[in-house]
Amino acid sequence: MNENAIYRPEQHAIYQPKNRSLKWLEVRLPILSLAHSSFVAYPTPRNLNYWWAFGAILSFLLGAQIVTGVVLAMHYTPHVDHAFNSVEHIMRDVNWGWLLRYAHAVGASMFFLAAYVHMFRGLYYGSYKDPREVLWILGVIILLLMIMTGFMGYVLPWGQMSFWAATVITNLFSAIPVFGESIVTWLWGGYSVGNPTLNRFYSLHYLLPFVILGVVVLHVWALHVSGQNNPAGVEPRSKQETVPFTPHATIKDLFLTVVFCILYAWFVFYLPNYLGHPDNNIPANPSVTPTHIVPEWYYLPFYAILRAVPNKLLGVLFLMASIVILAFVPWLDTSKVRSASYRPLYRQFFWVFAAVCVGLGWLGSKPAEGNYVLAARVLTAWYFIHFLIILPLLGLVERPKPLPASISEATLRKAPGAAVASGAAAPER
Amino acid sequence: MSGTSKICALALAGALAVLGITAAGAEESEIPPRVEWSFAGPFGIYDEAQLQRGFKIYREVCQACHALSLLSFRNLADPGGPGFSPAQVKAIAAEYKITDGPNDQGEMFERPGRPADHFPSPYPNEQAGRAAHNGVLPPDLSVITKARGYERGFPWFVFDIFTQYQEEGPDYVVALLQGYENPPPGFSMPEGAQYNKYFPGHALQMPPILTDGQVEYTDGTPADVPHYAQDVTAFLQWAAEPHLVARKRVGLQVMIFLVVFAGLLYFTKKKVWSSVPGHA
Ligand code: HEC
Ligand code: HEM
Repeated sequence: MNENAIYRPEQHAIYQPKNRSLKWLEVRLPILSLAHSSFVAYPTPRNLNYWWAFGAILSFLLGAQIVTGVVLAMHYTPHVDHAFNSVEHIMRDVNWGWLLRYAHAVGASMFFLAAYVHMFRGLYYGSYKDPREVLWILGVIILLLMIMTGFMGYVLPWGQMSFWAATVITNLFSAIPVFGESIVTWLWGGYSVGNPTLNRFYSLHYLLPFVILGVVVLHVWALHVSGQNNPAGVEPRSKQETVPFTPHATIKDLFLTVVFCILYAWFVFYLPNYLGHPDNNIPANPSVTPTHIVPEWYYLPFYAILRAVPNKLLGVLFLMASIVILAFVPWLDTSKVRSASYRPLYRQFFWVFAAVCVGLGWLGSKPAEGNYVLAARVLTAWYFIHFLIILPLLGLVERPKPLPASISEATLRKAPGAAVASGAAAPER
Repeated sequence: MSGTSKICALALAGALAVLGITAAGAEESEIPPRVEWSFAGPFGIYDEAQLQRGFKIYREVCQACHALSLLSFRNLADPGGPGFSPAQVKAIAAEYKITDGPNDQGEMFERPGRPADHFPSPYPNEQAGRAAHNGVLPPDLSVITKARGYERGFPWFVFDIFTQYQEEGPDYVVALLQGYENPPPGFSMPEGAQYNKYFPGHALQMPPILTDGQVEYTDGTPADVPHYAQDVTAFLQWAAEPHLVARKRVGLQVMIFLVVFAGLLYFTKKKVWSSVPGHA
């Protein structure tokens, strides 16, 4: 591919402030032109579909979590004797407290839902391939931070599931040889999950979203260096193959964000407890273990992997590997073709993989016994086979369909009716 | 992408097959029957008269053993609730003895309740509650309808998203209150326990406390156990979700706004993109 022929994002018009005071600011801190080139003039491929709106949705959700979280924090008490009741106080006595709390709790689920869609989009269209490896890895780091943040947030209301999830997950570290027990004691700040644990989880739960925000900035920066991938998986070659971010992408993203909010609101207002567990409405009690300790739905596939492995230490390693392996996908996938639209075999394996993840999620909610364990083992094996064997092998054996020469050709192929009109409107170079 | 949908269907079928294989391991537990609740669904509201009857049952029956500590008397007059007047609330509160203090002499004292007080617990401390019931503390009922439920299982939990079925907790409590039976032969019953077909493990330390005609109803509602059970459960649901009515009302407004806004944005988006080749 001739790098020079690719239309690079930095080739667009530079913002020139007209107003005097803005000119003054521009010379000293070019923040307006940065914003302009990042969110107004920034060229986006003109063939993006709605799966590309999930980045905007995620940004909105991060903002929503921070805003609702900061206000919740004004009313929440991080103490084992008061945490449960302070959350109930928010729900009962704080004006609109029920809305804040449900928006935050459901928001966490929506955040993960959107992140998973966003990642599967990346896997389908090969968005992690050269030159977007760093962009992808930053995304995996965000996922890891989200997992930690969500876990610690879930502990804060100090219900039965909060307490026992904290106990089970921190106990995983005891699998580490030699130092395991000492590490767990250090994490707890005592000899069991208790007040010091709750306090540090609260501190970290407040901190990590801002770390996520920082990594999101890097993520978007990396995005704006390489430009967006697109459903055709070929780089835009001319200005005609892109549209300016504003208004085109802005309005499209805004539209889908509002549609997503309909789903979000459906859960917040009508099913606020659907995604939670009834046991978390029982105050934490260290002397009563719940019959089934289940994590939030968004951790279930990982939980299934953890429990599928008979050895505790190995289970923990598999659990971590299942996330870390994502960072290596840019090199595990040996195919030069990005989009699954032109990879007939990969496309099938992609959907099988998606089904495997859903299956693992369902198994994670079931007790670890009998056939469930067997099924979880099969699916766990497949999860890793997909990355370690299928992805490298497919690049070698698969015969991709002929790639379109350009984005314009790809859109014309899809909609032959539009060929005449668009051919006249946008003559290619 | 017509091939994609086929493959998608195949993958789904595969996943379902896995689910089918494993569904065999389900556990036996009686499913509570569904009750028609006034507070179910997108337009659900509490039935004031029902909440008042339910409160009466809580006061005359359950209160002897169960605390309701997250509620204040003043909540009884909150909008969307049982609809007692402030004067009625004052009178209700005054019937309770609240331990307050210490006073200037450093002593605790008892005084009549005030609307701002929380419902007092029937026990001076947790141990006293346990001692009175074979070592089991009757749970605080403030959020009991949200703290109980039963497994819906696949595929019902998917349908529930669309039908908005959220009443597993209330359905369970109603069933539990009427679920007493003779134990099957060979069932080893711990001391003081009763066989209840809905309670997990079936050995419940709560006696069957409701009997027909036990509490007087003045509004013509039949004074029998099924009505008692439903009324007190509706009251407990209100206690657990006191803002449910406001939540659903605001929810409808938000939904209408979002749908209209999304529609407007859709047409704006179409307009903006109309000049882009290959796009409508
Ligand atoms: C004589 C004392 C007593 C009275 C009166 C009483 N309960 Fe209970 N209740 C108990 C005890 C003891 C338990 C704990 C049972 C156990 O865990 O085995 C309990 C448990 C419960 C539970 C929880 C069951 C579960 O799933 O864990 C509910 C719900 C309940 N009671 C509702 C009520 C209602 C409603 C009333 C009033 C109509 C009431 N109780 C009256 C003693 C009582
Ligand atoms: C990355 C974004 C965030 C995620 C994914 C997240 C996730 C969660 C989750 C899952 C809960 C438990 C909800 C429940 O069961 O009630 C929770 C609770 C809480 N979070 Fe967050 N959170 C985020 C950001 C924040 C921020 C920025 C703050 C504060 C500055 C915050 C403050 C709180 C507080 C005080 C609670 C306890 C109250 C409650 O349980 O509702 N969160 N969070």
